[in-house]
Amino acid sequence: MTDSALRELADDPSSRKRFFKMLGGAGAVSAFSLALAACGDDDKPAATPAAAAASDTAKSNASDLEILNYALTLEYLEAEFYDGVIASGLVKDPKVVSIAKKFGASEQEHVDALTATIKKLGGKPVAKPRTNFGPTLDKGLKAVLEAAADVENLGAAAYLGQAGRIKNKEVLAAALAIHSVEARHAAALNILVGRGFGSGNGGLKGALPDGAFGKPMDMKSVLAAVQPFLA
Amino acid sequence: MAQSRPVAPELAAIKVHGMTRESFLLRSTLAGAAAYGTLSATGLITKALAASAGGDVDILNYALTLEYLETEFYVQAAKQVKGLSGYERRLTRELRDNEAEHVDALVATIKQLGGKPVAQPMFDFGGAFGNRTTYLKTANTLEDTGVSAYNGAAPMIASAEVLGAAGAIVQVEARHAAMIRLVRNRPPAPSAFDKASEMDAVLAAVKPFIAA
Repeated sequence: MTDSALRELADDPSSRKRFFKMLGGAGAVSAFSLALAACGDDDKPAATPAAAAASDTAKSNASDLEILNYALTLEYLEAEFYDGVIASGLVKDPKVVSIAKKFGASEQEHVDALTATIKKLGGKPVAKPRTNFGPTLDKGLKAVLEAAADVENLGAAAYLGQAGRIKNKEVLAAALAIHSVEARHAAALNILVGRGFGSGNGGLKGALPDGAFGKPMDMKSVLAAVQPFLA
Repeated sequence: MAQSRPVAPELAAIKVHGMTRESFLLRSTLAGAAAYGTLSATGLITKALAASAGGDVDILNYALTLEYLETEFYVQAAKQVKGLSGYERRLTRELRDNEAEHVDALVATIKQLGGKPVAQPMFDFGGAFGNRTTYLKTANTLEDTGVSAYNGAAPMIASAEVLGAAGAIVQVEARHAAMIRLVRNRPPAPSAFDKASEMDAVLAAVKPFIAA
């Protein structure tokens, strides 16, 4: 790879800054604190319109936090997977090694960013899930890269499935910034494992598995699909 | 539906009909200033914009302009570029066909929302098809720009369904970008977080391709 390509491959701190800029400053956190203070008991009817609005805000926040923690689980999984792939020593091609390292580093950035976002919004980030990639790694290089390609397609579908449900526009902007990167990863890995376009064949296979339009997947379906990788 | 009119001389050359730049800019400002929960709360103007299908039509017409550009780019590339491998020719046709589907979907959606789709502008890609290298470099720029355009505009979409459509399209643009980058032997996903661009920046980037 050329020098400039290597430089591109290296960490891109400006994209991290961009991510956090999207989440605004202290405004988001203080608004949430106000909402909490005004909310009181969710079951009682709101005493005032302001309290009702605050209660809605708190509910939206809880919903967004659920989505963010779901995303965090998937990102943990992906980061762990790439770590496992590199550690296994199965990948010999230097081009593929550098891609796996780069993608793994990006997934870790996603983990860090989502964790920080959840905390910023007053939520509790989920713990790192216990993963079980052993059986996949045991199947050898081809199976491992195919699994990676499948998981990235799943990640893209997962984010797309949640986009319409996210209430906070800043959180949405942040999710979209990750969604398109997962799509890049998915396309690249599917090409690298020799799956070609796969257009319209459906499923999780191919650089363009659903043709011209990405297909969303709901939370339940995604979590079921990743279940084999969780210990 | 508000009529478009040039609000700055440098945009006068860009014939994009049916888009209200003011409404787009106002929404950008609102989105940028949004503290948590603002978009669901008080301001009448905010609510009106959020509820207005007109705003979503504006955004879709902006997207449509870009999709017209990408489609025409690949249509011409498929005919003109020499020296591509068999895979690269297949990829060019696939990208062309995807972008054409995006055009059709956006036109249909705009009409469904009661809006008027912008007319296809005249494009001039200059020497982009002169050889494989310039073609691929231009394709890379267009796809990356498309991703940043959708990511920048999508948070301002009011309807969850329209947002879903935009998301389905941007996902494919991102896939395209990665595929072209691989062909160029460039990192397919150089950043952990993709850029979100403002309309001004995107239109400035594509302006060279829009014939006066």
